[in-house]
Amino acid sequence: MLYINCPHCGMRSQNEFSYGGDASVKRPELNKEVSDQEWDNFVYNRKSLRGKHLELWQHISGCRQWIKVERDTATHEIFRTFKADEEVA
Amino acid sequence: MTQAFRIENSGLINRDKKLSFKFNGKTYFGYEGDTLASALLANGVHLVGRSFKYHRPRGFFGAGVDEPYAVVQLYRNGETEPNIKATEQELFEGLEAKSVNCWPSVNFDIGAINNFLRIFLPAGFYYKTFMWPKSFWYQIYEPFIRKAAGLGVASIKHDKERYEHKYEYCDLLIAGSGPSGLASAYAAAKNGAKVILAEDKPRFGGSLLSSDVNIGNQSGKDWAEGIIAELKTMPNVVVKNRSQIFGYYDHNMLVMSEKVSDHLPTTKKYHPNKRLWYIRAKEVLISSGSIERPIVFGNNDTPGVMLSSAAKEYLKVYGVLVGRKPLVFTNNDSGYETAIEFKKHGVDPVVLDSRKNPESEIIDEAKNLGINIKNSYVVVAAQGYKKVKSADIASISEDKKQLGKIEYIQCDCICVSGFWTPTIHLASQSGNKTKFKEEIDAFVPGQSKQNEITLGAANGIFSLEETLKTSFTAGSELSKKITENDNKIAIPNVVEKKSSQHDKFWCVPLPKGKNYKRFLDFQNDVAVSDIEIALREGYRSIEHVKRYTTLGMATDQGKTSNLNGLQLVSEIENKVVPAVGHTTFRPPYTPVSIGAIVGREVGKHSKPTRKSPMHSWHEKNNAVFVDAGVWLRPRYYKRGNENLFEASKREAKNVRTNVGVCDVTTLGKIDIKGPDAAELLNRVYTNAWLKLPVGKARYGLMLREDGIVMDDGTTTRISENHYHMTTTTAQAANVLSHLEYYLQLVWPELNVNVVSTTEQWAGAAIAGPKSRDLLQKLFPNSDVSNEGLPFMGYMEQDLFGAKARIFRISFSGELAYEVNVESDYGNFMWEKIMEVGEEFNIQPYGTEALSTLRIEMGHVAGSELDGRTIPFDNALEGLVSKKKDFIGKRSLERSAFIAEDRQRIVGVVPLDKQTSIPEGSHLVKDDKAPLPNPKLGHISASCWSVEYDNPFSLAILKDGKNMIGQKLFAMSPLKNKVIPVEIVSSHYVDPKGERVRS
Repeated sequence: MLYINCPHCGMRSQNEFSYGGDASVKRPELNKEVSDQEWDNFVYNRKSLRGKHLELWQHISGCRQWIKVERDTATHEIFRTFKADEEVA
Repeated sequence: MTQAFRIENSGLINRDKKLSFKFNGKTYFGYEGDTLASALLANGVHLVGRSFKYHRPRGFFGAGVDEPYAVVQLYRNGETEPNIKATEQELFEGLEAKSVNCWPSVNFDIGAINNFLRIFLPAGFYYKTFMWPKSFWYQIYEPFIRKAAGLGVASIKHDKERYEHKYEYCDLLIAGSGPSGLASAYAAAKNGAKVILAEDKPRFGGSLLSSDVNIGNQSGKDWAEGIIAELKTMPNVVVKNRSQIFGYYDHNMLVMSEKVSDHLPTTKKYHPNKRLWYIRAKEVLISSGSIERPIVFGNNDTPGVMLSSAAKEYLKVYGVLVGRKPLVFTNNDSGYETAIEFKKHGVDPVVLDSRKNPESEIIDEAKNLGINIKNSYVVVAAQGYKKVKSADIASISEDKKQLGKIEYIQCDCICVSGFWTPTIHLASQSGNKTKFKEEIDAFVPGQSKQNEITLGAANGIFSLEETLKTSFTAGSELSKKITENDNKIAIPNVVEKKSSQHDKFWCVPLPKGKNYKRFLDFQNDVAVSDIEIALREGYRSIEHVKRYTTLGMATDQGKTSNLNGLQLVSEIENKVVPAVGHTTFRPPYTPVSIGAIVGREVGKHSKPTRKSPMHSWHEKNNAVFVDAGVWLRPRYYKRGNENLFEASKREAKNVRTNVGVCDVTTLGKIDIKGPDAAELLNRVYTNAWLKLPVGKARYGLMLREDGIVMDDGTTTRISENHYHMTTTTAQAANVLSHLEYYLQLVWPELNVNVVSTTEQWAGAAIAGPKSRDLLQKLFPNSDVSNEGLPFMGYMEQDLFGAKARIFRISFSGELAYEVNVESDYGNFMWEKIMEVGEEFNIQPYGTEALSTLRIEMGHVAGSELDGRTIPFDNALEGLVSKKKDFIGKRSLERSAFIAEDRQRIVGVVPLDKQTSIPEGSHLVKDDKAPLPNPKLGHISASCWSVEYDNPFSLAILKDGKNMIGQKLFAMSPLKNKVIPVEIVSSHYVDPKGERVRS
């Protein structure tokens, strides 16, 4: 079970969180013309990386905040975590 | 029976407490502190089971967790449990156990014929033989194999025992209480670190209990007892015996199974049987020790052949002689330690040492005691069927290829030592890259991945002095990092006998003309010849060889066999062992009871149960409940001998003719506040929300980004910047997360807050033509007329002193209202509604009647919004705005979603107007068409229309829009039904929706 550092609450076990997928996906702006390809990339296409991955988790049984977690998908090592509005450098 | 093999002046058992127990129906006696294995051996019982494949007689091989043979079926406290190792099961008064894998008895086992057929049962036998014909597998092969194989039977009764889970956090978790575990725990504890020390056996001390060493001028055992006694007094330390750490998971989470009650005849009141600990440790110290490995020789599975360390443990810990004429076969000094113990207790052993001329303090001691030692000698084969009677022995050449003349020697047990294998399972599970250590012919932990360190024998360090030194240091250094305390501890002086280099020798060659079975894996009956076959047939990867031969795949997971298997593969393949590599170590290290894994989450405890504030009223009024997600909802209220069908029909009919009341507390409720609340709703819902006036409700539909309907419900504008959203019962949690996702991540610029208020409001739906009359009486001072409170209107009123919210919304399709009060007043509200409604013939109605009402009105619910449908499919495309953008809109342009013959909701009526159509039935054009019969749609929901008094169903049907009036067949192979049906409009009752507006 992963041990995730919630930027709001501190170290908490994985069973307090729910997974939210790739954090690098950006929703196209509202009312903007979007090509089929762009939309498919947003809704369906994911890289399914092996290695360092920035992903979303929600601290669903805690502060209910969505957070960003930088995690290695192969080793499960967690490098850094960010608040929803924090820019990831 | 007397305990003929029990000796005086040895052992840690309590001789004052004699215990009786039964094995295979026969009564024996043992002592408190015995294991089932030691007690049986004390009584001279060596035959405990039959092997898995050949049904060869099986005895005891080890004295603990490594035991491959002595697996029994245990009977305790009216329950039975399979797969119990007799070497681990502590004796208690009245214990009962039976042999497994033998029929009719362990002494006469019909399956033993396999032993004579064994040339037909080589590796891969199952794969090769049971392939054809295909149909034979289920009917003949599998049932036969299931009966013939297996290690006991699982109980089919409900388990009465309780199991608990516990979460714990600590600074240092120490696995194993041998010398390294004790030393590191002590040093860390003295630095004030929070320490958990776990020991799988009942007694702490590990190898110190049976070795002849001195620490700080005391015996090793006394030193261990002193340390444990002190640790137990320290508030920052938890010491746990009977507790096996069996799994090492991500981020230093380890799981431990504590046997709380297995050593007692019955579980104490309020105690669990087992407790599963989830431990998050800052540092993990693996002090799991090592397991002696066997030397492979002919018939090495005969009862009476056992590990020399086990023989020593039976003698030193249990006061039991495993034989009176022992033969010790060794390639290192450990065998001598066992021989010395035998000699000290009046038994004359013979030692065969594969080495030519070894010299050490231990060997000198053996020589001084006058022990008969034969150098460059090996056991070629054990003789005897159910027990060792003699051994064929021979001298062996220095290159270990040539055997001398076979000699015979009488013996009643063969104690074998092929040196030691570090127990690296936990380290490997954590992701440690193990490495091969030439000097000890075994793998040891290498580069750590997590915060873990391996100490002592588990790390390939077999000198006690070095073990203690490194373990004290590790415990104190690691704890210092955490607590910043640095209490120096004097490392005690150690007296131990130095040993000499072991012989790199692990398998005795076959003598000419003999074809003895030489077993590697004793539990799965994998012999040297099986590995040879696998390699001959082209298997190369050790993972493939393992699976083809089943080497190391039994319940003991190859604790005594893996390394010898690797040696064999590397020898045949002419590779070094590290090039062959070892198979992956996976948790659990040793079998874990399913009950312990499940814990308390059984039956009603497997999920939470949520009840509405009116639950007790429903109970008192004969409600029959149904699980709706985690909620318990009244399905119907039983009157007299009514069944579900009759009751729900009565309730639904009463709504259509009078008035009914339904508990709708379970609907998800989300409070939405903020200046941008309307904008959020406008983006989340498919329809327009910017112009909803205060005091009005609106039905809304929300999609996922992929265009699929996510949920529906009404949202009401309570005040300028305050909305009350309702969701379906099932989607409440998902919708909240969905809103939070967009507010926090996608549109953080929106100034809106959302919070769940599901539990804060109790809800009652009042529905039926007389509902307005009832409402007027409930709120006598309010104008609830069609003008005062129109359809989709909202008002806040006082319900006999309780603040109430009234929504004019309808799910039943009748004139209807929903009244919400704060949860604490829920029951008060309900009772008032029933009391005041009496004159209007009010009846409560449950979910079944609710379904009937919504189905015949063609209102969609979870069975249509099933994660596969878009608004059009549900005839809700009118709610999809063309003017504004919203979540999922772009997906609705997908070609499949705009196809001409897109599926759509329809009504379905059986032609005979009698036969109810099972939900899930497929709609087909031709009921006689060959399979696969093209499916046009499926029945999503069925009811008995109270309006027309005939069955009615909803279906999602291909090209549904153009199918009205068509005749099709509803087929349910599950219910074996074929029903001719007619497709009608989904709005079966009141298609214009006049009633809700009346």
